[in-house]
Amino acid sequence: MDRVVAAVEDKDVKFVGPEFAGHTWKREINVRDFIQNNVTPYFGDEAFLAPATQRSLSLWDTVSKLMTEERAKKGTLDMDTEIIATITSHNPGYIKKDDEQIVGLQTDKPLKRALMVFGGIKIAEKACEAYGYKVSPKVHDIFTHYRKTHNDGVFDGYTDAIRKARSAHILTGLPDGYGRGRIIGDYRRVALYGIDRLVEDRKIQAATLEHNINEETIRLREELAEQIRALGELKQMAASYGFDISKPAQNAKEAVQWTYFGYLAAVKEQNGAAMSLGRVSTFLDIYIERDIKAGILTEEEAQEMIDHFVMKLRMVRFARTPEYNNLFSGDPVWVTESIGGMGVDGRTLVTKTSFRFLHTLTNLGPAPEPNLTVLWSERLPEAFKKYCAHMSITTSSIQYENDDLMRTYWGDDYGIACCVSAMRIGKQMQFFGARANLAKALLYAINGGRDENSGKQIGPAFTPITADVLSFDEVMPRFDQMMTYLAGVYMDALNVIHYMHDKYCYERIEMALHDRDILRTMACGIAGLSIAADSLSAIKYAKVKVQRDERGLAVGFDIEGEFPCYGNNDDRVDSIAVDLVERFMKKLKNLKTYRNAMPTQSILTITSNVVYGKNTGSTPDGRKAGEPFAPGANPMHGRDKKGALASLSSVAKLPYEYSQDGISNTFSIIPGALGKTNHGRKDNLAGLIDGYFQSGGHHLNVNVFDRETLLDAMDHPEKYPQLTIRVSGYAVNFIKLTREQQLDVVNRTFHHNV
Amino acid sequence: MLSAGNVEGYVHSVETGGAVDGPGLRFVVFLSGCHLRCLYCHNPDTWHMKDAKKTDVGHLLNEINLYAHYLKRTGGGVTATGGEPLSQPDFVAAVFQGCKALGLHTALDTNGYLGENASQALLDATDLVMLDIKDFRPAEYKKLTGVELAPTLRFAERLSEMGKTTWLRYVLVPGYTDDLPSITELAAYAAKLKMAKVEVLPFHKMGEPKWEAMKLPYVLKDTQPPSAELVSHVKEIFVSHGLKTV
Repeated sequence: MDRVVAAVEDKDVKFVGPEFAGHTWKREINVRDFIQNNVTPYFGDEAFLAPATQRSLSLWDTVSKLMTEERAKKGTLDMDTEIIATITSHNPGYIKKDDEQIVGLQTDKPLKRALMVFGGIKIAEKACEAYGYKVSPKVHDIFTHYRKTHNDGVFDGYTDAIRKARSAHILTGLPDGYGRGRIIGDYRRVALYGIDRLVEDRKIQAATLEHNINEETIRLREELAEQIRALGELKQMAASYGFDISKPAQNAKEAVQWTYFGYLAAVKEQNGAAMSLGRVSTFLDIYIERDIKAGILTEEEAQEMIDHFVMKLRMVRFARTPEYNNLFSGDPVWVTESIGGMGVDGRTLVTKTSFRFLHTLTNLGPAPEPNLTVLWSERLPEAFKKYCAHMSITTSSIQYENDDLMRTYWGDDYGIACCVSAMRIGKQMQFFGARANLAKALLYAINGGRDENSGKQIGPAFTPITADVLSFDEVMPRFDQMMTYLAGVYMDALNVIHYMHDKYCYERIEMALHDRDILRTMACGIAGLSIAADSLSAIKYAKVKVQRDERGLAVGFDIEGEFPCYGNNDDRVDSIAVDLVERFMKKLKNLKTYRNAMPTQSILTITSNVVYGKNTGSTPDGRKAGEPFAPGANPMHGRDKKGALASLSSVAKLPYEYSQDGISNTFSIIPGALGKTNHGRKDNLAGLIDGYFQSGGHHLNVNVFDRETLLDAMDHPEKYPQLTIRVSGYAVNFIKLTREQQLDVVNRTFHHNV
Repeated sequence: MLSAGNVEGYVHSVETGGAVDGPGLRFVVFLSGCHLRCLYCHNPDTWHMKDAKKTDVGHLLNEINLYAHYLKRTGGGVTATGGEPLSQPDFVAAVFQGCKALGLHTALDTNGYLGENASQALLDATDLVMLDIKDFRPAEYKKLTGVELAPTLRFAERLSEMGKTTWLRYVLVPGYTDDLPSITELAAYAAKLKMAKVEVLPFHKMGEPKWEAMKLPYVLKDTQPPSAELVSHVKEIFVSHGLKTV
């Protein structure tokens, strides 16, 4: 075994571990520098990949059976009702101990959901009760009478205006009753440095905070203390599995295991909405490449490690309420892993392990998790592009994000949190903010701030529009005012939420794997963009007559004449969509944020486009009350009539500069429409992604299947246990969707031509 | 050289991305007007020019140019189809010449009946002809399409003489165009003309709703798509004559 230890001649160099090139990363915590000094870019094709070992297949078979059992039990196999989850709360758990090359489970049994109460005791209890479990009276007592939770804190802080906006669903999905997530610990640090070095680094940083003891430094000192404690617990948890992770990982297997332990600690103590992994594949490749060269690791063994690691990632579970699952379709965790991309020096960061990660879709079959995200550049090696296209065509399990665009903002060591949110790994976090409903805001502009469903005064009581026919010049200024109100109440809500989340449900271990001083973004979002844009287009270019009910509220619209719809590459309406994005972002930028976070915005709905639609009345574009919105930044289904490239071109116009938290586009196409031969399909899909990103597009989910397959899966779910589809920014197991969500997916535009 | 700006044509619609009408990703222009009345036509809404929008060639080229980066990257380009593009030969020539100036590959999807309309200038600007021979038996051809076969064959021979890259397209309709002896003769003919590729297109009924919408009788209501075995057998016939199929 190669156990060479780096020389420690320079007294500034603290690193004691396997010998790798580079100096800076040895002096300071700097994973990027390690990668840049040691990466082996790979330009070849997938021919080197190894099939699953017998051990992997047998292990996956056991897991698959457990998952089938889980589905049969309404989606939850087992729940903990006694032990409050912490990093060290559970004894080690295994699937089949002797077969597992990478170990560690969230609780003591596979797929058993932990009890996480710091976000809110009521929600934790509801989640248990929905599946026939009951939280122990002792835990109930503690968290009702003695220990406050995030959820309690938020409602102490919420203003009347926030409560109103929230109950009217003009603000939706706010992380006030669940963990905010979307924080990526730099789990690679555990492998590269070992825990002791990370603790030491924390202590040195705390030591610089001896003066100017004000609110900010007090908070930081407390946070650092919590982080040091969490690192200790991580070390203890790993020890319970028989590993001493105080020192750096010495070989590939340890590197994978150490990295996973870091991630595991995070999902043991936080039920965050999105618990993303970061960008580990190329980092791990450095160890794998080294061991293979040294002759101590074979390709089969390397792939087995990755297969087992990915298997674990597929098994991450949280106790969640059925309402939550309705909002987000199934049971997503967003274990997003960002793969590929280019370095700022022009070298690709695609390695053999980029292939190995995608290859798990072949070895273990398709799956929604981990959320495999390829950072796409025009300059990625052609063979890798083709392989990605091939895997998309065969599994529909990959999403693509524009590395050429994001690299200019975030450098070359960022990862994607959740669906589309880029952040520098270990140097940046976001305050997740769900989204504001722009379509509803437009109705408020018409109805003088009253809700079209309840009739209640929610927004400011502006004079409603009383004309029978809507005029753009009358509607737009009022919509603008209503957006100002919405941005204000939205930011107020987020400030309260994140203040309380930091206070009552702080992400100790994830933040321990960040730099001390980080960039925080306040990640706002909008839903209903295409509805709002098409509605304004209808008002501008056709004649929209208002139907008012006895309360005087606009509840229906009659449209005479034609109007351009977003999704046809028609500037008349696309410019309206662009304007709305810029306009709302500018309003957000004007607002004061908690911890001076930088406001950003996403155009993303996850699958909650169905729920948002349900809560929104008829809109001037002809959409009827209750009908789903289009997902993310997608054009409304059926309105993009000029084919796929026109549809993509409309979305690509939305400015990333004003939507730095991401612009989600989901693209579904039938296999035959991509070309007549397998070879041609791969080329065409790769070319399509190249073209979209060259046009400035940010994100693309790619689904390749026939509508008939989905219809069949609705009726015969047992035949499709692993059917995976991409939705807005992540993937879901199709058969886990509600029927309503399944129909929404089936009704979306399937391009019959590219 | 035609001056691009002022030639007008009747464009039924455009599809900004096709991958089945020629190589790579394609901008597909559906032109209106067709002399044939094929029983299985899947675009009967493109038969009459009067149903289409009059479009200026410059306008169309500007639109095509919006997608040039997608098309070039995949070795794709522009396909003129319809309808029958050769019912508007001057317009097609102008569009294709404009495409060549943009560096785009051009494909003409035609039934060849109006092949005599195709000027040398048009063919010079055409990289690929996808020639539809609906049936190789003259009488059956007439029954199926309402017109004579001979003009199409004359066009095929002209293309061959000038060495123009040509793909044969053959729609396989059970009970109509599945006569194996005549398919064998067609294969020999295509081989003799050195056609670059043969596409055997299985009949489908995606056009039926359009016939219903136009209140036209759809004779092939009960006809089923050909079996996979039949399709591969027919492909085999072409392959056995040294032709490439997809």
